Amino acid sequence: MAVCIAVIAKENYPLYIRSTPTENELKFHYMVHTSLDVVDEKISAMGKALVDQRELYLGLLYPTEDYKVYGYVTNSKVKFVMVVDSSNTALRDNEIRSMFRKLHNSYTDVMCNPFYNPGDRIHPGGPYFLCPYPVQVGPTSCVRSSPGGPYSCVRSSPAGPLITW
Amino acid sequence: MEAAAAAAAGGGCGSGPPPLLLSEGEQQCYSELFARCAGAAGGGPGSGPPEAARVAPGTATAAAGPVADLFRASQLPAETLHQITELCGAKRVGYFGATQFYIALKLIAAAQSGLPVRIESIKCELPLPRFMMSKNDGEIRFGNPAELHGTKVQIPYLTTEKNSFKRMDDEDKQQETQSPTMSPLASPPSSPPHYQRVPLSHGYSKLRSSAEQMHPAPYEARQPLVQPEGSSSGGPGTKPLRHQASLIRSFSVERELQDNSSYPDEPWRITEEQREYYVNQFRSLQPDPSSFISGSVAKNFFTKSKLSIPELSYIWELSDADCDGALTLPEFCAAFHLIVARKNGYPLPEGLPPTLQPEYLQAAFPKPKWDCQLFDSYSESLPANQQPRDLNRMEKTSVKDMADLPVPTQDVTSDDKQAPLALKSTINEALSKDVSEDPATSKDSNSLKARPRSRSYSSTSIEEAMKRGEDPPTPPPRPQKTHSRASSLDLNKVFQPSVPATKSGLLPPPPALPPRPCPSQSEQVSEAELLPQLSRAPCQAVESSPAKKDVPYSQPPSKPIRRKFRPENQATENQEPSTAASGPASAATMKPHPTVQKQSSKQKKAIQTAIRKNKEANAVLARLNSELQQQLKEVHQERIALENQLEQLRPVTVL
Repeated sequence: MAVCIAVIAKENYPLYIRSTPTENELKFHYMVHTSLDVVDEKISAMGKALVDQRELYLGLLYPTEDYKVYGYVTNSKVKFVMVVDSSNTALRDNEIRSMFRKLHNSYTDVMCNPFYNPGDRIHPGGPYFLCPYPVQVGPTSCVRSSPGGPYSCVRSSPAGPLITW
Repeated sequence: MEAAAAAAAGGGCGSGPPPLLLSEGEQQCYSELFARCAGAAGGGPGSGPPEAARVAPGTATAAAGPVADLFRASQLPAETLHQITELCGAKRVGYFGATQFYIALKLIAAAQSGLPVRIESIKCELPLPRFMMSKNDGEIRFGNPAELHGTKVQIPYLTTEKNSFKRMDDEDKQQETQSPTMSPLASPPSSPPHYQRVPLSHGYSKLRSSAEQMHPAPYEARQPLVQPEGSSSGGPGTKPLRHQASLIRSFSVERELQDNSSYPDEPWRITEEQREYYVNQFRSLQPDPSSFISGSVAKNFFTKSKLSIPELSYIWELSDADCDGALTLPEFCAAFHLIVARKNGYPLPEGLPPTLQPEYLQAAFPKPKWDCQLFDSYSESLPANQQPRDLNRMEKTSVKDMADLPVPTQDVTSDDKQAPLALKSTINEALSKDVSEDPATSKDSNSLKARPRSRSYSSTSIEEAMKRGEDPPTPPPRPQKTHSRASSLDLNKVFQPSVPATKSGLLPPPPALPPRPCPSQSEQVSEAELLPQLSRAPCQAVESSPAKKDVPYSQPPSKPIRRKFRPENQATENQEPSTAASGPASAATMKPHPTVQKQSSKQKKAIQTAIRKNKEANAVLARLNSELQQQLKEVHQERIALENQLEQLRPVTVL
């Protein structure tokens, strides 16, 4: 289960961050921030000649004791960072790839909206706000871009109790 | 009843807010709302009837979606709603149980009454919370529905229907359960009047309206089910039965949703007049009804509605079903309708209502006026298609392709008429190679084409290559151009022997001269890349230079690289070949001298014009040369920087 998802813009400022509020969210924000260095290193290591061939999925950025951080970069240098609980050993690489793919699709849907200016913060939900609930993203079919907004509904698997914006 | 409520609330919330004391009216209202929120979730594992929720607060949860709608309908500011949800404990535990929900409703009532949102507020006596028209229940503003045409008549109908259904519901419940904690059951006589006051769904969700209609059916189904068991099973027995009944209800509702073609009062249903209006507006933006409006055009148009940008963004997300950044006609109608509804005060739905779905709009409103074949196939195929989204994308891409195809062809034709094209840049290489293999013909044509193409010096090399590509097919104008410079016929006669001489002078040099300038030039050029074709390019330049009447450097290089050579050629080698060429040229000119001296003035004029043009060309080439030198320096610096980076990265990547 992903405990934190972040969308980082090209200039390395966050467009969207959501994490489970079990502990201080600041810790996750900090982990995402430090992972940006690793992302940049991975991007530059590919070399300029291989920009076209560079794979979007960066894989495990770095593991900590409790969490693992995965990264994904789009061709426009927008980065997706996902923090996953280490105790969830059942989470395979393919699942994380699919999660990132869905996140990417949701992001492109946001881009398609002409009222969205690239570089703006991504706001969940519609014109009315309700307090954003924790994200508990299931391993499969986790991120769904509902019509209500790009990240308005990140629904967990049926077993998960948490429903979010 | 109050004690029971308090006990339930106290039992459920644990160490949360203080026990909630609800009056009878509040109790009924809240339980009804909770049932709506829980029931509207679609019969999930915990969303049983209120009795189940009351007895086992841990299992019953209200879905966040309907709850969120309900809270929004209370028209409180977002911060207040945040506060309320935090206070009621839903944020802490992560879901809306009965206790959290009731506390939240109480807090909403407090906020609407103007009291501060605090835990203590719930202890006061407060009026019931008021909710605007929303998906879920809430007390209605009777004024609103009147605004929307067509729903006036339907509302009283629904009111009476609903009341009758509610009565049936209460009676059923009363029959089946003997749970004393159930307040609606405990007071059946008073409930109907209470329900009359309470929630009327004005059909924001066809779910509810069709659910109401379906009540008789599942109840009848439940009756035989429940009756035999109702007597035997007590409290615990009713729970699974009710759960089953709720499931049946939800299934029947779903079936009803799919089968019901005529939705009752439906603010999201587009009438014919509205449809006409939307279609006309679409036409004003996009004449082709089967095509689509781009995002920017739609943005400008919808911005005129003076809704806020977040709302417009939300409406776009709702209506653009296939998320391609463009609106087809049904999508446009849906978006327009949502905007109209929003302007009239209706809160926006969380999801696109079925009556606004593109496939529904396509099927419901066939368009016989438009004769576009594409569109007919589109509308025909849509209802049959299981995945309209993919089809939309396919159709759109096909339409887009068709739209795109004429554009490049137009570009091609226009460019062909005016100037050489960038389109042929892909075959640029081949062309240049061909040209290099035929230096004579291309050179001649280039030299002769030079004059009208004098502006091409500042243009891209691709254009020059294109012109060169065009040259071979037009050899005939060649002699005319040389004659055009000499205006008189006598000169024509005069130069006729000279022209062939110069021409012949042009032709033979290729075998003779090329070896000489090429190696010297290649030595001189140390930085630029050397290609075999390039060696021929300077030769061509050399060959053309002898003809002073022709512009020598008129041969535009087919590649940018060649241009590097060319200015260098011209700058450095101009004198050498010119001296070499001046021999045959002077020899050629010597012939007419003794024969015609009257024409010398005109000859001088011709020579002067040639000199002037040569000087202009020289200046241009010199400028070009300087620019290219500059580019070369920059490229060098880039290379040095890259090499430095490489050096720096090398030890790092070893890791």
